[in-house]
Amino acid sequence: MPDYTLKIRRYSPETGESAYWEEFQVELDEHRSVLDGILQAKDRTDGSIGIRCSCRAAICGSCGVRINGRPGLACHMHLGVAQKSSKDGQTIVVEPMGNMPVLKDLIVDMDAVHWKKIRRVTPWLLPDGPPPEREYVVPMESMVDVTQTMACIQCGACVSDCLSMEVDPLFIGPAALAKAYRFVGDPRDGQQFERLKDLAEDPHGIYDCTHCFNCIEACPKGVAPMNQIMRLRRIAGSDHKIEDRNNGLRHEKAFVKNIEKNGVLAEADLLPDSYGGKFHPRAVPELIDSLPVILRALMRGKVTPKALLPHKFPDQKQIRRIYDTVHDRDERFELNLYIVGKDEDEDGDGDSRSSGNDPGTAQGSPGSSPPERSPNT
Amino acid sequence: MRVAYWPGCVSRGFTPELHGSMELVAPMLDIELVQLDRASCTGAGVIAEHNQELADTLNARTFALAQQVEGADMMMNICSTCQGAQSECQERLDANAEYREMVNGTLEGEGLRYEAGITNKHFLWLMVEEIGLDVIASKVKRPLTDLRVGPFYGCYIVRPTDRLGISDELPRDTYLAQLIETLGGTVVDYAGSHKCCGFPIITMNKAASLKQAGRHIGDAIDADADCLVTPCPLCHLNLDLQQPLAQREVGRDLGLPILHLPQLVGLAFGLSPKELGMNKHIVKPTSVVDWSTSVVAGVGAEQGGW
Repeated sequence: MPDYTLKIRRYSPETGESAYWEEFQVELDEHRSVLDGILQAKDRTDGSIGIRCSCRAAICGSCGVRINGRPGLACHMHLGVAQKSSKDGQTIVVEPMGNMPVLKDLIVDMDAVHWKKIRRVTPWLLPDGPPPEREYVVPMESMVDVTQTMACIQCGACVSDCLSMEVDPLFIGPAALAKAYRFVGDPRDGQQFERLKDLAEDPHGIYDCTHCFNCIEACPKGVAPMNQIMRLRRIAGSDHKIEDRNNGLRHEKAFVKNIEKNGVLAEADLLPDSYGGKFHPRAVPELIDSLPVILRALMRGKVTPKALLPHKFPDQKQIRRIYDTVHDRDERFELNLYIVGKDEDEDGDGDSRSSGNDPGTAQGSPGSSPPERSPNT
Repeated sequence: MRVAYWPGCVSRGFTPELHGSMELVAPMLDIELVQLDRASCTGAGVIAEHNQELADTLNARTFALAQQVEGADMMMNICSTCQGAQSECQERLDANAEYREMVNGTLEGEGLRYEAGITNKHFLWLMVEEIGLDVIASKVKRPLTDLRVGPFYGCYIVRPTDRLGISDELPRDTYLAQLIETLGGTVVDYAGSHKCCGFPIITMNKAASLKQAGRHIGDAIDADADCLVTPCPLCHLNLDLQQPLAQREVGRDLGLPILHLPQLVGLAFGLSPKELGMNKHIVKPTSVVDWSTSVVAGVGAEQGGW
């Protein structure tokens, strides 16, 4: 059986000593998991290695760690693959997850960060009116829509590497916001507007996501938290018209309008428009703050006066027509490949070819993807 | 090779030196650029955030225009954000024939039609995969000897890996490092190389945005980088244009020059910093110029940074 080297980050706060690295040799088949490796080291070499685990089958979400700098489940990574992806092709580096305090070795304090944030989004159903006598009855499609977020196993891998949280620890974060979508998207919930208003107005809410895709990459279950955050923004902005104090909707509107008007981005308009227009009280301090930068850019010839003028775009009519066609639809389309799968993908969750729906009809987003429920206005 | 070339908006707006340097470097690599003048902004993820179908239709239109370019081998970007936004739309368009038909229905009026499966590569990918690092090495006139370059990939060109086709066979998330070595430079390993520059939230949470930029620049300086190179003009805006503000935010002196990808290639191919528009940067590329004062007339070197 092959030998593997595990380089584990050790830390015990009560000793008062700083964290250090320790290498362990383990002997296991290449198809055994990194978790198996850690447990063997614990069993044979040092019983004091701290690791949290339970199911060993990527279901319970307990053994989140960073392997070779990337977050994931220790039980969900083969030793052979981990060795191959290591920096030197030999040493598998295992660290505790990021963005959370370390309790001991590979165990982080999920309560202090992850669970606190999950609780922040009111993760339970808030239905309107008295409960029905028996169970709630909902259309099946509407529940399919939230299955992606329901796949979350609360492992914290996305929280570990969230780049917004790295600079803004108060950011609600990917796991909790994905959980928020699970209820915003649930037809039984009666507080969609209130939930979205709260998340949009929070300076560390939906508009604090920096769109880095790290959570999508980290998630072992395909929840794609960032996509759920974008859906929260879409529903907050387009359906509920929630004008947040963080410039989130203003920026989106300014950008979308800018392209409708100019075809390509006229940057000089975008910044002031994102704050509500050149003469908006909110825009003035921002522009004054940015003035030295803009002046320097002008002096260096980086930003030419020409760039400050609207560009001439040859096919503006076409762009406008595309905008009109899409905005005039009764329902906004959203193709979620997690749910409908790809045409070629025989094992996909849905078979888009068999539906035969006309993509223009109300129920007929292509394939079996559920259309968003709100009207396109 | 002949490519349908989409320069993007920012490379012709606030970072004109990017498009300019690309136009100089292309012929040196035997790339014929056929510019897609009629294409629109990719939406940079923001239009998709507003309405997915709108972003998909705008980009399908761009793909259709690219497919009309006669004799073009593929489509090429020089902006990572364009590349990422387009890849996202292409993934949906290529995945579902019915959806594609619906989008093509919107384009029909203009006689445009997107056929699934366009090859669309960022200049970085094209250099490594189509031209080859050996060919690039053979064109180096002035190796970047002793220049310590930190690769700054940003997000859109490295994540999500499955959508972008990153695998053991195509390790696209290592191409900048490979290229820096090919050009004779030294790759600087630092914490921020694959992190976010912060640009997408500059209008929403300015402090967090600048902190991201400032922290990555600081990490690179701590690792003794002379400069960073980025394949994304939006990263360049936050790392260079906003660097004075980022410096204020993180409370330490920065002053690290940030190069666009074609500028780094151009330097090694013997072009002067001025030709490559490096004098237009907010952070003067002094450290880069110092390294080759014998060849390069000092662009702003006399003033010692900004």
